[in-house]
Amino acid sequence: MKSVTVVGASLAGMRAAESLRREGFDGTITVVGDETDAPYDRPPLSKQVLAGEWEPQRIALYDDAALADLRLTWRLGTRAAGFEADSRAVTLADGERLAADGVVIATGARTRTLRGSEDLAGVYTLRTLADSLAIRSEFEATPGRVVVVGAGFIGAEVAATARGRGLDVTMVEMAETPLERVLGALLGRVCAEVHVDHGVDLRLGVGVAAIGGGHRVEQVVLTDGTRLDADVVIVGVGVIPNTDWLEGSGLQIDNGVVCDETCLAAPGVVAAGDVARWPNRLFGQSMRVEHWDNAIEQGMAAARRLLAGDAVEPFTPVPWFWSDQYDRKIQLAGRSGPDDEVQIVTGSPAERRFAAIYGRAGRIVAVLGFNRPRHVMQYRRLIAAGASWDEALEFARSQA
Amino acid sequence: MSYRIVVDFDLCESNAICMQVAPEVFEVRDDDFLYILDETPGDDLRGKVDEAVQRCPKQAISLAEG
Repeated sequence: MKSVTVVGASLAGMRAAESLRREGFDGTITVVGDETDAPYDRPPLSKQVLAGEWEPQRIALYDDAALADLRLTWRLGTRAAGFEADSRAVTLADGERLAADGVVIATGARTRTLRGSEDLAGVYTLRTLADSLAIRSEFEATPGRVVVVGAGFIGAEVAATARGRGLDVTMVEMAETPLERVLGALLGRVCAEVHVDHGVDLRLGVGVAAIGGGHRVEQVVLTDGTRLDADVVIVGVGVIPNTDWLEGSGLQIDNGVVCDETCLAAPGVVAAGDVARWPNRLFGQSMRVEHWDNAIEQGMAAARRLLAGDAVEPFTPVPWFWSDQYDRKIQLAGRSGPDDEVQIVTGSPAERRFAAIYGRAGRIVAVLGFNRPRHVMQYRRLIAAGASWDEALEFARSQA
Repeated sequence: MSYRIVVDFDLCESNAICMQVAPEVFEVRDDDFLYILDETPGDDLRGKVDEAVQRCPKQAISLAEG
């Protein structure tokens, strides 16, 4: 293999490129990215950058010397527009055609928007550095009322950061309990209560019917008829994997690029990060994971897969992420669901410091921690080892 | 070449990813603080330590020579 094209210059793509070099690959690596900023880290966008605590240069993924060491050929500010899997040729929006021996697909995902609000000033989604800085300057102008649509993790972090700036925040969530499909009803409620503790006006079980205003947003109209005054609206209702450019490429697309157990999508073509779907043998299910840590781990795995030929282990991680909200660090490892058995193993939801494990079909499948990082990692190891639910409970008793 | 582990404890938020990757070297204890069990773990553990450096959510771990 003499040349590799990495499509996507964010975390998964960059960690893949870095791993190729680390594994001794000496050929050409061309990195294509649609943003013009040098590769940066996204988690601070909803936290320290939005809070005004960090400036953009602080979130660079690499300093200049480290980037130079990777010896990359750049195509930044250019979108990939087409792909042919057979010839591994990427076509860029400006018409350039890049054929290579190997391709890493790491185009990530884009935010969903609320239809009809796209052209209204003061309405934002949060994905890029530019988004974060735009919302930040709105916050600095001390708006009277911030409305956050969606009480998932991004919405929750934006609400927490806005409250930290002393702004009035209303958060609107369609589900009766935020995150219920992920955490179950009991612990989803705890996540909701944390916002109420911190003075967020939380509206549950109600959707957004319309976002109104002239040139600029003025009101959010809810499905129950309530009209909320709004100076700034942040919409956090999930993301869509960026696969449009792969239409007709010969790759299988199904809510992500479909890969085999080793992240291989076609001969010489691997995928990693938010855009990749693969069967995770540890959980016996196909998954697409939108977490920061997975972008790194899968980027590394995809790079190794590209270089290793056929002799490679399946990719079987225990997905993990964290969310910082107010003074809480929430961490989830594994794949929890609303119907899982739930056991608190340390602390209590009332003190907002606890760890809970999730069991399904006789196995431990997830662990949730509120300010309990040590416990999350201990149980994550059990999940990785395929431990039974009884073994997990036994471990919990031995720690008590 | 020998190396030494340096943690910037102002950045560290005890996410404990390093403990998952290299439990021989990093431990987050019940007080939720990170402890370095071995500052100079040697070449055997270099791969794991490199991965811990890469996967630290706060980029709080670095390596120094010697």
